[in-house]
Amino acid sequence: MNDFNRRDALKIGAGAVAGAAVAAGAGEAQAQAATELKLTPEKGAKLRVLRPSKFVQGDETLWLENTKKYTQQTGVEVRVDSEGWEDLRPKAAVAANVGRGPDIVYAWYDDAHQYPDKLVNLSDVYNYLDKKYDGWYDVAKKFSTRGRNQISVVLGSPGSKMVYRKSHLAAAGFSSFPNNFPGLLECCKALKAKGTPAGFALGNAVGDANGWCHWIVWSHGGRMVDEKDKVVIDSPETVKALEYVKQLYDTFIPGTLSWLDPSNNKVFLDGQLSLTNNGISVYYAAKNSNDPKIKEMALDIEHADYPIGPVGRPTEVNLTVPAMVFRYTKFPNAAKDYIRFMMEKEQYEPWQTASIGYFSHPLRAYEKSSIWTVDPKHTPYRDTMKNMLWPSYAGSLGYASAGVLADFVMVNMIASVCSGSKTPKEAAAEAQKRAERYYKV
Amino acid sequence: MTSVPTAPTGLGVLSPRRSLADMLDDRRVLSFLFMLPAVGILLTFLAYPLGLGVWLAFTDTRIGRAGVFIGLDNYISLMGDSVFLLSVFNTIFYTTVATILKFGLGLWLALLLNNSMPFKAFIRAIILLPYIIPTVLSAIAFWWIFDAQFSIISWALVKFGLLDRYIDFLGEPWNARWSVIAANVWRGIPFVAICLLAGLQTISPSLYEAAALDGATSWQRFRHVTVPMLMPILSIVLTFSVLFTFTDFQLIYAITRGGPVNATHLMATLAFQRAIPGGRLGEGAAIAVAMIPFLVCATVFSYYGLQRRKWQQGSADD
Repeated sequence: MNDFNRRDALKIGAGAVAGAAVAAGAGEAQAQAATELKLTPEKGAKLRVLRPSKFVQGDETLWLENTKKYTQQTGVEVRVDSEGWEDLRPKAAVAANVGRGPDIVYAWYDDAHQYPDKLVNLSDVYNYLDKKYDGWYDVAKKFSTRGRNQISVVLGSPGSKMVYRKSHLAAAGFSSFPNNFPGLLECCKALKAKGTPAGFALGNAVGDANGWCHWIVWSHGGRMVDEKDKVVIDSPETVKALEYVKQLYDTFIPGTLSWLDPSNNKVFLDGQLSLTNNGISVYYAAKNSNDPKIKEMALDIEHADYPIGPVGRPTEVNLTVPAMVFRYTKFPNAAKDYIRFMMEKEQYEPWQTASIGYFSHPLRAYEKSSIWTVDPKHTPYRDTMKNMLWPSYAGSLGYASAGVLADFVMVNMIASVCSGSKTPKEAAAEAQKRAERYYKV
Repeated sequence: MTSVPTAPTGLGVLSPRRSLADMLDDRRVLSFLFMLPAVGILLTFLAYPLGLGVWLAFTDTRIGRAGVFIGLDNYISLMGDSVFLLSVFNTIFYTTVATILKFGLGLWLALLLNNSMPFKAFIRAIILLPYIIPTVLSAIAFWWIFDAQFSIISWALVKFGLLDRYIDFLGEPWNARWSVIAANVWRGIPFVAICLLAGLQTISPSLYEAAALDGATSWQRFRHVTVPMLMPILSIVLTFSVLFTFTDFQLIYAITRGGPVNATHLMATLAFQRAIPGGRLGEGAAIAVAMIPFLVCATVFSYYGLQRRKWQQGSADD
């Protein structure tokens, strides 16, 4: 929603004047101005930051080190609290509702679009980073922008890729990971025949289940909503996707209908699983394990992009972490400056490196980061945000999309077909009905 | 003639200080004052949230956006929502089965513990352990016990050759329902058992002696002495147990998150999912408020239905 006051209008006006002046011929000055942002933290500012708890140790270690550096440079005291992934969204929501809590929240997906009126406009930080770091990826723009404002700045995405055991695929007759859907099905059948099956979460798992379920429907041309937010999930394309997924499910390891986010990690590291969708955390855990057997497994772990479906282009969705500043903060400048500081190359690249690319960047400049090439197993995660779509594709982000996602409408549709409780047509029709409750005018 | 001393002018009216002391001597005033803190706490932490919840249920409030009054729209919409209707079924099934099992097993345990045995106090303390452990910890333990790949139950059954593959405890809807009920029963038995044990200990041994002298069998003693004498406490414990089970949240949230395919979603977990992660506070509140009639019915039934004193005393009911 557009929520402009007189001060915002003046700012835009001033920006327009400055822009016109720059366009008038000061080319060099333009570049200089673009890479300068003066945000003076308020005197005596103290910040409280809430972020997702670590999945890889390097993430937290470097985050805290960078925060300490910020305090040393600016004198702003910062307290960082970590919250379990599933509890982060409720906490942010409660803070928004009661008007008290952390100054900055690094939350999930489209959280910012659920309470845009409660957030500080971050356009200045957004534009500064946009110009300095070769621009935001399209999906990051989508997440950040509401009307003419930027209500969040995307930190990155703990991206998900296909994670598999090279030796198991080879034993099943596959020298490389299939890049299309018939190939994926054949591969999963062969893995099952060898007793080393694949498995993808179908429980109410926020990250893993939403990730692969959206991908498989979108890749067949199915969508929850169209560009005008009309619910269109009950379509022949969705039914085709469901027919395919039923065949795929028959090759899975038992129990995936109950899997939550940590499930596939622990089964994979136990050696029972050959293929799943996950972040780089499985590889990270294996590589850094004290158990020699698990450490050896790291050599056998490979990553690949999600196969391309009938629509002929990537259709992934990944968890995304937007940074939001709440309007109730007494220190908006300090909060914005902290967000800027953590996105600067001097902090961002070491942080990304310490977590071996667990978070993929939203800014193009970080494609060149050495973390993506130092180990070829990191490389598939580099283009996570470049290729991904947003969870309410092809519609807008907002109350309805958040509700549909939180209610696991897409995941439940697929799970009901896999469990045999519904036919593909029945499942698509039910999902249509459920989604329409959210998108009704 | 004697003269009666008269009070100086003005003293006929009590002084403010005197008046306060007199007021505090009044038992009604004093009772009211003593009740004030409790009333304040109840109004602030019970009545206000309840009232707010009921109000929110009549609005379309979203997180971060005040709502407008929409009457019964939330309820009408929920009537057409298959997930809500499934959650109502799940909640009633979960509460009914878990309560019956908790009472059956709890009473049995209480009767066992009421006997003389060595280390009686120690055993009674041990029995309370499941109730003492934080719910979320026991829920995580059950999450592992019921895990599709790492279940110790499946492992043991396979190891002893009783099964050839692991049980899918949480991946199949009915298995999942029974599994979460088992977790709830395990956790709830100690509460029932200890309360009923307290009740058993209030029954005078002379009643059993008299019944034994009359030639009553052990079943008759149980049926005609134990059960009627236990009924008042049974009704209280049943009321609380039904309330706790009907509003259960933590076990489900930690073990299944309502899955698979919403087969274990209770009204409480669905209310949370819709209100907080989903951002629809009004609808979440409506689901929570929809629990109230069920709770009132269950309470009325268990409290008044089982406290029919005439029936306890062997007479017919009115």
